[in-house]
Amino acid sequence: MPSFFPRHATAKMVLLPAVLVTLVCFYGTSLWTIYISMTPSEMLPNYKFVGLQQYIRLFHTPRWDTAYANMAIFGILMISGTLLLGTFLAILIDSKVRFEGVFRTILLYPLSMSFIVTGVAWQWLLSPTTGIEHFVRSIGWSDFSFDWIVQPERAIYTLVFAGVWHSSGLVMVLMLSGLRGIDQEIWRASQVEGIPKIKVYLHIVLPMLRPLILTSVVLLTTAVVKGYDLVVAMTGGGPGYASDLPGLFVVSTAFERSNIGLASAGAVVMVVSIVAALAPYLYIEISRKDK
Amino acid sequence: MSKSNKPGVKIGANGRNTKGSSYGLSPARFVLYAFLILAACFFAIPLLIILMTSVKSMDEIRAGSIFTLPSAITFEPWAKAWSGACTGLDCKGIGPGFLNSIRIVIPGMLLSVLIGAFNGYVLAFWRFRGSGLVLTLLMLGIFIPYQIILYPLVKIFSAVGMYGTLLGIIVIHAVLGMPMMTLIFRNFYSAIPVELFKAARIDGAGLFRIFVSIMLPLSTNILVVAVILQFTHIWNDYLLGLIFAGRENWPMTVQLNTLVNASMGEQEYNVNMAATMLTALPTLLVYFLSGRYFVSGITAGAVKG
Repeated sequence: MPSFFPRHATAKMVLLPAVLVTLVCFYGTSLWTIYISMTPSEMLPNYKFVGLQQYIRLFHTPRWDTAYANMAIFGILMISGTLLLGTFLAILIDSKVRFEGVFRTILLYPLSMSFIVTGVAWQWLLSPTTGIEHFVRSIGWSDFSFDWIVQPERAIYTLVFAGVWHSSGLVMVLMLSGLRGIDQEIWRASQVEGIPKIKVYLHIVLPMLRPLILTSVVLLTTAVVKGYDLVVAMTGGGPGYASDLPGLFVVSTAFERSNIGLASAGAVVMVVSIVAALAPYLYIEISRKDK
Repeated sequence: MSKSNKPGVKIGANGRNTKGSSYGLSPARFVLYAFLILAACFFAIPLLIILMTSVKSMDEIRAGSIFTLPSAITFEPWAKAWSGACTGLDCKGIGPGFLNSIRIVIPGMLLSVLIGAFNGYVLAFWRFRGSGLVLTLLMLGIFIPYQIILYPLVKIFSAVGMYGTLLGIIVIHAVLGMPMMTLIFRNFYSAIPVELFKAARIDGAGLFRIFVSIMLPLSTNILVVAVILQFTHIWNDYLLGLIFAGRENWPMTVQLNTLVNASMGEQEYNVNMAATMLTALPTLLVYFLSGRYFVSGITAGAVKG
C-alpha cells in the first residue's frame, strides 16, 4: 500500500515561492528593522551598531510618550468597550427577536467601511462648530459643550468612541455565533431549576464563550496596534500631537522626518509591547483549555 | 391550543408555555426592543447624517444643524466631489481615485485569493516534514504590524523598480494578504474528506490537476467569502496605497483624506460628505448584497483554532 505522504517534491517546490516571499517580506524586513533600531540611521541606513542609543532617545521624546500612553488608553478602552457592547448586543439579538436580520444588518455595517470614512464621518459629527455641540446649543442649551475632539486632554477619547462604533459589530457577530452554538438543554435545565437568567449568563454562558472572547481580543488588539487610518482621518494626531498613536509616530518619523533609526526603535517597542500585553493573557487562556 | 390544569399556563402547539408571549409585549421584551432600537439608532444615525449633509446646499448647512432634514435635495455636491473637488494639487475630484481603487482592488483581490487558495490546498493535503512549520510561519505573519516592515519593504520595492507603481501596490496587497488567505483556505480544505483526495490520487491525478478539477469546484462558498474579505480590505486600505501606489495611482481613501483634511480655504462640508459617501458605497453595497457571506468571512478569519 503506497504511502500517501512520500517525499512530495512537487508540493515543496510549489510552496517555495510563498515561503521565500514570507521569509523575506515579513521576517527579513522585521529583522532589518530591529537591527536598524540599533544604529544611528537618519535619512539613509547607517549600519554602525550603537546599541540602545535610539531607544533612550525614544523614551526622551515627548511625542512618543504621548503616543505610547494614548495607545494604552485607546487600546484598553476600545477593546473593553467593543467587547461589552458587542456581547451585550449579541445577547439581545439571541433572544429570538423579530426583525433580527434588520438589526444585525444595521449593527454590522460600519465594519464594512474604511477607517478613513469612519474617521471623516465622526470628525464631522463631533466638530464643535458644526456637529453635536452646535446642534444641542441650537435647541436652547446654550452652554452645552462637547468639544473633546479639539481638546488635547480629551481628543483620544473621541477616537475610542469612533473605534467602538466601527468594531462592535465584529464582536457581536462572533459572540452571536457562540451563543447560537450553546446547547438548548442548558436553558431548559436552568428554567426547570429556577435559576435567574443573569446567573446563567454570568456563570455558565460567558465561560463557554471564552475562546471567542480570546479571538476578539486578539483581533481587536491587532487592529489597535496597526491603528493609523482612524487617527489620520479623525484628528490627524492632533490637536498638536495630543491624539498621536505609535503607528502614526513610526510612519511619520520614518517618512516625513527621515529618521529611520528612531522610527525603527518605535516600531520595535510597539511590537514588543503588544506581545508583552497579549502573552500572559494568551498563556492563561491556552493553559485553561488544556485543563 | 390546549389548556392544562394549571390556571395561567397555556400549552401551545409547540409544547411550550405560550401565555403572554404570542401577541402581548411583556415589560422585559419591551426593554429588550428599546435597547436594540437605541443601538440601531446609534449605529445608523452617522450614516444618515452624512447622507443628509451631502444633499444640502452650503447655505442650508450654515443655517441649520447636522440633524436638520434637507429642505431641497441637490446632487450638485456629489457631482463636484466626483469631478471638481480639490485633492491636493489637482482639482479633478475623487473620480480618478475611484478608477485607481478599481484598478488596484480587482487584480489585488484575484491574486491574493488565488495564491491563498492554492497554498491552503497544498498545506491541507500535501503534508510533508516541515509543512506545519510553513503554516506557522504564515500564520504569525498575520499579527505583524505594518509599521515594523514598511520601510524595508519600500527599499525592496524600490530596488526592483516597483515602488510607486500600480504593479507594486497590487503585489504588496497580494503579499500582505497571503497569510490570512492561506489560513482561511487551509482551514476550509482541512474539512473536506481526505478520501476524496486519496481517490483522485489513486486515479493518477497530480497536484495541479486535483486542485483545478476537484478542489476549486468545491470551493465556491469559501471563494466568495475570500473575495468579499479581500475586496473590502483592499478597497478600505489607506496606508499601503499612500506609500506604494504612487501619486497617479492613489486610491480613493487617500484622495478622500486629502480632500477633507488637507484642503485650504473654506470647507465645503456637503462636498466632503458626498465624497465620503462615494468612497464608502462600494464596500457598503458589497456588504448589503452579500449578507451571510460577509459574516462567514469574519468568522472564518477569526476562528483560527
